[in-house]
Amino acid sequence: MKRREILSSLGAAVAAVPAAKLLANEMEGFPHDMALDQAFVPVPAATGAPQVLTREIDRRTVSAVFDRLIPGDELGPSATDAGCVDFLDSQLAGTFGQGASLYRAGPKAVGEDALMQKPQFIATPRERYETGLRALEAYAQRTHKASFADLKPDQQDAILHGMETGTIELAPEVNTPAFFELMLANVREGYFADPMYGGNKNMVGWKMIGFPGARYDYRLYADRTGEDLGLEPVSLIPKA
Amino acid sequence: MANKRPKADVVVVGLGWSGSLMAEELTRAGLNVVAIDRGPWIDTSTHTPPAVDPDELRWGQRKELLAPPRDNTVTFRNRADQVAAPLRDYGIYEMGRGVGGAGFHWAGMAWRFSPWDFQVRSKTIERYGRAKAEDGDMQLQDWGVTYDELEPFYDQWERIAGISGQASNIKGKITPGGNVFEGPRSRDYPTPKLKTLRMMELFNTATTNMGLHPFTIPVANISQPYTNPLGVTMGACTYCGFCLAYGCGNFSKSSPQACIFPVLVRRPNFKVITKSCVTKVNKAADGKTVTGVTFVDEHGREWEQPADIVCLTAFQVDNVRILLNSQIGKTFDPQTGEGTIGRNFSFQTVSGTDMWFEDEQINPFIGTGGLGSQIDDYNGDNFDHSKLDFIGGAGILTLSRDGAPIGKANNLPPGTPRWGSGFKKGYAKYYRNYGTIFNQGCSMPTKKATLDLDPTYRDKFGVPLLRLTYDYAQSDRNMAKFTMDRAVEIAREMGAAHVSGFNFADKSFSTAVIASDHVIGGAVMGDDPATSAVNSWLQSWDAHNLFVVGASAFPNNAGYNPTGTVGALAIRTAQAIHQTYVHNPAPLA
Repeated sequence: MKRREILSSLGAAVAAVPAAKLLANEMEGFPHDMALDQAFVPVPAATGAPQVLTREIDRRTVSAVFDRLIPGDELGPSATDAGCVDFLDSQLAGTFGQGASLYRAGPKAVGEDALMQKPQFIATPRERYETGLRALEAYAQRTHKASFADLKPDQQDAILHGMETGTIELAPEVNTPAFFELMLANVREGYFADPMYGGNKNMVGWKMIGFPGARYDYRLYADRTGEDLGLEPVSLIPKA
Repeated sequence: MANKRPKADVVVVGLGWSGSLMAEELTRAGLNVVAIDRGPWIDTSTHTPPAVDPDELRWGQRKELLAPPRDNTVTFRNRADQVAAPLRDYGIYEMGRGVGGAGFHWAGMAWRFSPWDFQVRSKTIERYGRAKAEDGDMQLQDWGVTYDELEPFYDQWERIAGISGQASNIKGKITPGGNVFEGPRSRDYPTPKLKTLRMMELFNTATTNMGLHPFTIPVANISQPYTNPLGVTMGACTYCGFCLAYGCGNFSKSSPQACIFPVLVRRPNFKVITKSCVTKVNKAADGKTVTGVTFVDEHGREWEQPADIVCLTAFQVDNVRILLNSQIGKTFDPQTGEGTIGRNFSFQTVSGTDMWFEDEQINPFIGTGGLGSQIDDYNGDNFDHSKLDFIGGAGILTLSRDGAPIGKANNLPPGTPRWGSGFKKGYAKYYRNYGTIFNQGCSMPTKKATLDLDPTYRDKFGVPLLRLTYDYAQSDRNMAKFTMDRAVEIAREMGAAHVSGFNFADKSFSTAVIASDHVIGGAVMGDDPATSAVNSWLQSWDAHNLFVVGASAFPNNAGYNPTGTVGALAIRTAQAIHQTYVHNPAPLA
């Protein structure tokens, strides 16, 4: 190492650069501010009035869907009781709902979804929920002359099953199976994400499967292979 | 008119593993280095400490440590007669969002390629005859560097990264305990292998019973405290399982941040410019060299960074795209086979099986990014292919990686409801009973695969996106089927009640289907300027002061993760620059 250190300091002397104005993001030396970057502090779900699902009928429809996807039973509460609709509203209000990470430049190519073997969207998730929930409600009114939320569970299940398998098309502008998958993905996220995001209240999803949550050290347990460790879950941020 | 910055000895484009390793070598040798990275500064303790890291929604699902497709994606088609479409959401490209690149959020499998992988063409001809290597579909070529030549640099990379593992082949002497098929190593790993977790126990017992040779995968999730040759200290992995797509708040997962930055960033002859995207390499009037790079800062201002030496150390697709947008070299034409930029794209050919037990306690939440057991009995050329309709093979592995509950919710036995009470019942039982065998298969380049510039789609700077034209080689498809059948046999031997094989290569390739995130080639290395973009020192054949470093240089992909080979090649190139090139700036022999 010694020889290398000498090389390094020699290099520093040789490499003196003419003083120039630094760019805003030009870094020399190790950053002195070692505090947690504010942008990386997790932001819990907002509480209070809905931000995106502001129409009562949209909330009723998505709540009814979510509670068929994850119903209340002996294994745990329903999706809405676990906070999954609050979770969804919060997600749709943020960068996920805005489609902030998506490449949304047109045109949407003909045959794009088939080529990708996966549907792609220029619309944001927020827009897809708005269009999809209204189309679902209109479909229920058209076929059953009632709100989706007021249908019997087996009627709701039949519609959801038709959406999932593509035997039902809610409206020409809605990719119905993809909308079903979006709702299924989001309700699962709500049920199994950290409770700070609004769902998984009292860590019910984690308790259901035996996931110990935001634990960060299993060295004490790693040798006990094949044992039921009976670990209670912990969450990232304590209850308010 | 671009603003002009003071000239540097070397400009490094992208501060991931390649860029950091090179900048460390070059600054230590006294050169003045400026690194330019598209992303912001991020570090372990200031950005992903243990109170931020274990958050599956944010990192695992929303992928907030990955570069968003919005800023830079790739268009794709299977065949040249199709119109390519852009990948709009996250898919197989998992570039990092900040400095450290993908080296910050990677899982940590820390392989060397086998000796065969560097000489696929010549070794295949030697053992099986020319027809096997020239099947009309594959475009095989040797690397111009052998495993033995690269070994000292693998060793240096493993020392810097503190890799945990157990050797079985030290200087040709084979001892059990590690991978008996591995190439000869000069010495053992710097830290011992990790613990054997439940899924690995089941796999090890079954494969041993079958006469196969299981071993613990070498990883960059390190098993004990370690101080590397740069004087940087790492801590022991805690098996928290928040690794792939996550940072590491424990200083246990090797990354540029954990292993190199603490030394590199303090050197007075090093600077890094963040949130600034290099759009092209500037060519000199002599047509034989380059003068530096052009980049756009976060305010949209264009800058020129002059430098005597340019090192492209960005992610594979970005290296190739910068070359194409800079009009350096000739674009590969699949009709004529001429041109080198965009040639030999390859991927990772993946098959395997899902499996479910009836009464296990896998405790999947105890794990770490790269941890698992593997057999190499069906990898590379470790088995006889003379009666088989393919070359190469796959690392057949099981994972003890993580127990992330959102991501695992689809892993249910066939026939289990995906929603309703049936889903809850199924997931409550099978969360602790699920396992997978993943065949990480080789990927052979084809004559038809190309990377070029898309005629329609552009990024936010108005620069054309890269366009990928690719589908699997038939040899790889046959290999994936063969290894899937082996995985199913192993799963049955493990005692799984439900076994469901999968094979990504029985369909067309798609960038939206995440079989793997290992994308390879496009600016490949070799001894022949007619078939390679860079020589075996990763020096451009078209401009001798331009070096193109990373997985873009691999002429084919092996049945292993690429990072170890990326690291070894980067160190080798950096040493060639400061030991030889700076004293005689010319094409390296």
